[in-house]
Amino acid sequence: MIFGYGNPSRGDDALGPLMLQHLEILKPCHGWHRIELLSDYQLQVEHALDLLNCRLVLFIDASVSCVAPYRFERLQEKRDDSYTSHAMSPAAVLYTYRQLYHCSPPPTYLLSVLGERFELGESLSPSASAHMQRALRLAERVCRQAQLGNGPVYCEQLTQTLDQETGGGDQESERMSRVSDA
Amino acid sequence: MYESLETADNRENLKRVVIDPVSRVEGHGKVTLLMDEENHVREARLHIVEFRGFERFIRGRPYWELPVLVQRLCGICPVSHHLAAAKAVDQLVGVDELTATADKLRRLLHFGQVLQSHALHFYHLSSPDLLFGIDSDAKHRNIVGVLSGYPDTSLEGSKMNIGLQGVKLRKYGQEVIRAITGKRIHGTGAIPGGFNKALTVEERDALLVDIDQIIEWGNAGVNLTRHLFLSNHEYRNHFAAIRSNFMGLIRSDGAMELYHGRLRATDEHGAAIFDHVDYRDYQDVLREVVKPWTYMKFPYIVSLGEAKGWYRVGPLARVNQCDFIPTPLAEQARQVFAEEGGGEPVHSSLAFHWARMIELLHCAEGIKELLLDPDILGGELVVQGEKRMEGIGVIEAPRGTLFHHYQINEDDLVVKANLIVSTTSNNQAMNESIRQVAVRYLDGRTLTEGLLNHIEVAIRAYDPCLSCATHALGKMPLQVELLDAQGERVSRLAKNSDGSLSD
Repeated sequence: MIFGYGNPSRGDDALGPLMLQHLEILKPCHGWHRIELLSDYQLQVEHALDLLNCRLVLFIDASVSCVAPYRFERLQEKRDDSYTSHAMSPAAVLYTYRQLYHCSPPPTYLLSVLGERFELGESLSPSASAHMQRALRLAERVCRQAQLGNGPVYCEQLTQTLDQETGGGDQESERMSRVSDA
Repeated sequence: MYESLETADNRENLKRVVIDPVSRVEGHGKVTLLMDEENHVREARLHIVEFRGFERFIRGRPYWELPVLVQRLCGICPVSHHLAAAKAVDQLVGVDELTATADKLRRLLHFGQVLQSHALHFYHLSSPDLLFGIDSDAKHRNIVGVLSGYPDTSLEGSKMNIGLQGVKLRKYGQEVIRAITGKRIHGTGAIPGGFNKALTVEERDALLVDIDQIIEWGNAGVNLTRHLFLSNHEYRNHFAAIRSNFMGLIRSDGAMELYHGRLRATDEHGAAIFDHVDYRDYQDVLREVVKPWTYMKFPYIVSLGEAKGWYRVGPLARVNQCDFIPTPLAEQARQVFAEEGGGEPVHSSLAFHWARMIELLHCAEGIKELLLDPDILGGELVVQGEKRMEGIGVIEAPRGTLFHHYQINEDDLVVKANLIVSTTSNNQAMNESIRQVAVRYLDGRTLTEGLLNHIEVAIRAYDPCLSCATHALGKMPLQVELLDAQGERVSRLAKNSDGSLSD
C-alpha cells in the first residue's frame, strides 16, 4: 500500500498526490499488480482500516523540515494527542490500527519530500519538483521490492542499493533514519 | 465576563507566556498569556490562522466552478463548503426552491457529512482524557467506571472497543457521501439549481443494510457522552464554563435544521435576540470586526454591539436553540440535555461533546428517513431561473453556521467572495474559554503539563477548523515560552508529539 497525501491546491502540499499519479502511470508498465495506491487530503482514523492485510505500507508526504531532497524512515505507532482533530500523523494511524485490531501494524515507512511553499492556489515549486524526481526513484524501488516474495516487506536496505547504483553520489543513506526491526 | 483580560493595562510590565503548537505552514494556533510579577493572568489571546488567500484563490473563476472548487478548502468538511457554495450558486442562477428530489439528496449528503465528522469525536471517546481531561487519579477512576458500564466498550485491550465503532460510523457517513457523489471525498453532487443524479435502488439498499446498527451505536454514544459529562462536577459547572449568546439556523416550526432554514439568535438565558431572519439579510444582523493582534475576524450581533454581541455556533448552539429535534431518539436525548440547563441554555464548553453525539444520532435517524423516501430514487433534478449578480448560501456545518457570499460580473466571473466559517463565529467564545481556564487553573501557578492540557481540552471542545486543507507533518502539539516584560525568554516548555516534555 502506497499512500500519498496532501492538498493539490496548496503548492508543494501536492507532492504526495503528484507522486501517486506518477506511480499510477508506472504501475501497469512494470506489472506492479500487488501494489495498491491510495491518495487523500489528510490522514484520518479510518485510514487504519486501509492498512489491513498489507505486507508493507509507504506514506508519502511533503515536509518543511526534512533535509533535501527527502527523508525515508521506518515508523512506529504513536498516539496523537494534538488539540486538533483536523489531521493525524502517520504514526497515529498505526496507533489506531493497533487500537482497532489489537495486533502490530505492517512494516510502515514514511517518505517525506522537502517542500517550501504551501499557500492556497500556488503551483508546485521548482525545487519541490526536483526533490520529487529523486524521491520517485526510491518509491519505485519500494514498489519493486514489494512485488517480490510473501510476508512482511522491509526496506531499510533500499537506500544503500540506490547509493551503490549511483556511485554514492546521492548519499541517500545519510538521509535514512534507521529503526531496528522488532 | 473575562473581556477585561483581552487587552491588559500596563502591558509593558507583564511577563508573556506563549503556547505555540508548531505547524509547518503559518503556525496554526497559538495561545498567548500575559502574566504579571505574581504570575496572575492579565491577558489571554488565542491566535488561529484561517482562510488566508481564499478570495485570491476564487476571484476570477466562473461561478459554476464554485461548488467543486471550494472543496479544496478543507479536507475534513469539503461537503459543507460544497453545499454552502451550491446554495449560493442556486441564487446566482435565479433558483429559490429546488425540486423535492434535489432537496432531499442534498440533505442526505449533508447528513452523511455531519455524521462522519461527528463520528471522529465518537472515536475519541475511546480516549476520553483528550476530550475531558484527566488530571487526577480520582477523575481517571471515574472515567474508567463510566466506560466499563458502556455496552461492548471498555478501555484499550477489550475485544470490541468504541474506537472501532467510531471508525465504522465514519466509514458509514463516507459511504453515504460516496453513493451520492461518486467519491468518498471531493465528489460532485450539487449543481446549479439542483443535483446531478438520484440514488439507484441498489445504492439505497446497500446503505439501508447497516443503518439500524448505526442508529444503535449513535444512541449508545449519546448515553456514554452524557455519563462522562455528568460524572464530574468540575466538567459541568466550572471547566471553560462561559455564558454566551448562541446563533444558528432554525426551521420555520422551530425544529433543528442543518441544511436550510432561517437565522435565530438567543441570549444567555435563551431569550430571542432575533428570530427567523432570512440569511440573505445576514449583514443586517451580523457584523465582523478586525483586531490588530490576529488575522481572524470577530463577528458580533449588531443589536448588542461589539463588546456584548459575540455568540457561539455549532452543536451546543443548535441543541440549545431548537424547540425540538424532528427525529424521535435524538429528541428524547435533547430533552434530557435540556434538563441539565434547568430552563436555560447549557453553557459548559465540554457539553459540546454531548450535543455533538445528539446530532450524530439525529443524522443517523435522518439518513434512514431519507433512504426510505422514494423521492431520492428519481424525479426532476434541476430547476432553471434568471441570472442574478449576488448569491448567499448558508448551512449548519458540523462545527457551526457557514456563510458563503459571492458577487459575479456580466461575464459570470466571481468578483467578490466572503466566507464566515464556524470557527470565526466561535472565535471570541474560544478566547473566553481560554481565559476562563487560564484564570481558574493557571493563575498564580508555575506552568505544568497538566495545566497546559486544560487549555488543549478547552480548545478541543470547539474543534476549531485550523486553516484546514493542509495537514501538519512534524507538528509539535505544544510549545510554551515564558518571556519577561522586555521580551526576553525566561523559560521554555515543549510538549512533544509523544506527550513527553522537554526544555
